[in-house]
Amino acid sequence: MRAAATVARAVRRPWLRWLLARLGAAVLVAWVVATVVFFALRAAGGDPTEAILGGPGSQAGPEAVAAARAQYGLDQPLVVQYLVQLWRVLTFDLGDSYARRVPVSELLAEQLPGTMLLAVLALALAWVLALAVATLAVRATGPFGRACAAALRGAEVVAAVLPHFWLGAVLIVVFSSTLGWFPATSSGTDPVGLVLPTVTLAVPVAGFLGQVMRDSLEEAAAAPFATSARARGASPVRVLWRHTLRHGVLPAVSLSGWAFGSLLSGAVVVETLFGRPGLGRLLLDATMQRDVPVVVGAVVLVALAYVVVMLLVDVAERLLDPRLRGAVAVPGAPGGSAPAARAGEPAVLG
Amino acid sequence: MTAVVAERRGAPDGGAGRAPGSAGARAAARAGRVLRGLGVPGVLAALAVLWMAVAVLRPDLLAPGDPNAIDARAAFTPPGADHWFGTDESGRDVYTRVVHGAAASLGIGAAATAIGVGAGLVLGFAAGLGPRWLDAGIGRVLEVLFALPTLVLALLLVAVLGAGVEASVLAVGAATAPGYARMLRARVRSVATSGYVEAARLEGHGRLTVLRRHVVPNTLWPLVSVATLGIGQAVVWVCALSFLGLGTLPPSPEWGAMLNAGRVYIDTAWWLTVFPGLAITATAASLTVLGRRIGAVAS
Repeated sequence: MRAAATVARAVRRPWLRWLLARLGAAVLVAWVVATVVFFALRAAGGDPTEAILGGPGSQAGPEAVAAARAQYGLDQPLVVQYLVQLWRVLTFDLGDSYARRVPVSELLAEQLPGTMLLAVLALALAWVLALAVATLAVRATGPFGRACAAALRGAEVVAAVLPHFWLGAVLIVVFSSTLGWFPATSSGTDPVGLVLPTVTLAVPVAGFLGQVMRDSLEEAAAAPFATSARARGASPVRVLWRHTLRHGVLPAVSLSGWAFGSLLSGAVVVETLFGRPGLGRLLLDATMQRDVPVVVGAVVLVALAYVVVMLLVDVAERLLDPRLRGAVAVPGAPGGSAPAARAGEPAVLG
Repeated sequence: MTAVVAERRGAPDGGAGRAPGSAGARAAARAGRVLRGLGVPGVLAALAVLWMAVAVLRPDLLAPGDPNAIDARAAFTPPGADHWFGTDESGRDVYTRVVHGAAASLGIGAAATAIGVGAGLVLGFAAGLGPRWLDAGIGRVLEVLFALPTLVLALLLVAVLGAGVEASVLAVGAATAPGYARMLRARVRSVATSGYVEAARLEGHGRLTVLRRHVVPNTLWPLVSVATLGIGQAVVWVCALSFLGLGTLPPSPEWGAMLNAGRVYIDTAWWLTVFPGLAITATAASLTVLGRRIGAVAS
């Protein structure tokens, strides 16, 4: 009785309710993604027995087919297969890969660290580049400074639309084939090999975050609190560090969740281009081979990673912006309680 | 939204050139105003789009040759006077192929955008104007879709549909639809709850009249801007799928497929990847700049 009351009281705490709501939403997202992926692939993907027995053109006899179907439970009704798959996802047992004959969880655990390393490095580099460009552009004065700021603005727009496959190819041509500074292939944590893939992933995100940051920095610099700080005699650097920067980075923090997703998209291309093993390559290969357990596992993992990143973004927003701390996110409402800049993809931001 | 604000600040006020004079002078003044409104990036973007339009409609004007003409002796010629963008492994002229590939790449991108915008319109208007439960349901679906990055979603759809041109168009269209749906829902909501819509309703106009006269026009203008940007993005995604070997396949002169074929020779023949990729990048950049200008004018 007492315990129940304690729990009830605890749940009334805003931050706990917020956390529970977010976790609930995360579980929901993972479940829906797993379900949709499973049924979509099975409905259109045909019989996975072919993938198990060595792809199209395999000369397996009817006994081998029947044995394989029994071994992977493919002779069961689809609903039973779905429930088995769901139970496995819940118990972190994702089944065996059809094409590679090893547990999916093993494959994912093997490939996840490399991709995460790449994505985190790229996001960090993008932030550094975007911050540098935005603060320089905002502080530019005089005709020359303004011309430079305009050029930077143009560079940001172009950088934001650079396709990974082209940027990576150009970097390989310049820095690998011609100058020979960095290798064109990359694997593991070799720092020299990581340079080109990281830059390839970071530049488009930096261009996008830079635009957002510059606009909000300009807005903050024109706000009354900045004027009053300047009137009190604070130096431009102090105004930037103490007052406007916190405001300036907020929309970029909100958009980092989206940016992380775009990095995972880019990882598919970049890992292919640089011959780097990783989650993106695994997903691409599994897609081509219709290796259902691997595709389900990889996609659910990507969705969960996104949900975790969004949670971190929410926490970071609350740390940066005291105005948000009392507010409780409404799960399910698109955009949650975050600022409007959460809106999502650059194409839609316009 | 962000860049629109910045660009509007630099735009000259519209009435500056209203000087009396002949019709020709007035037309010239108007043209000058439009050009100044576009700015240097806008003019560059407009020129690039014009070039692409010619490449799509009359590729023979820009490159009279046959994009699939094979000349084995001229294989892997670097860029020069005879072959501006060099030649590929079969001696085909890369410039001719880039020009003739515009129709395929832009057509695929435009088709994917049409699918994305179409689905986004249905979902966005249904969520924005429909009952509460429909809005909540669509919101949940969109939330789940947003958890999957665009290319991962497109890969999934390709896994379901099988590789190919139609599948990649459908995949990119469906993968971009959630973005349009969310933007349209927000826009429809804000228009539907605005003062002028309330005023129109108080004047006694029916739902359909209000929808036709106010909600649709005020929602569709921003959509034109966003869809223009979106075509550039869609071209990039579709080419990414071709590059990965899941869309258009190499012999045809489509930009992504050319990249895919040229990737093998990146160490020896850089022009096979650099020039088709440049065309994709220029397309995406110019459509982005143009889309933002349209957005700035519309608001």
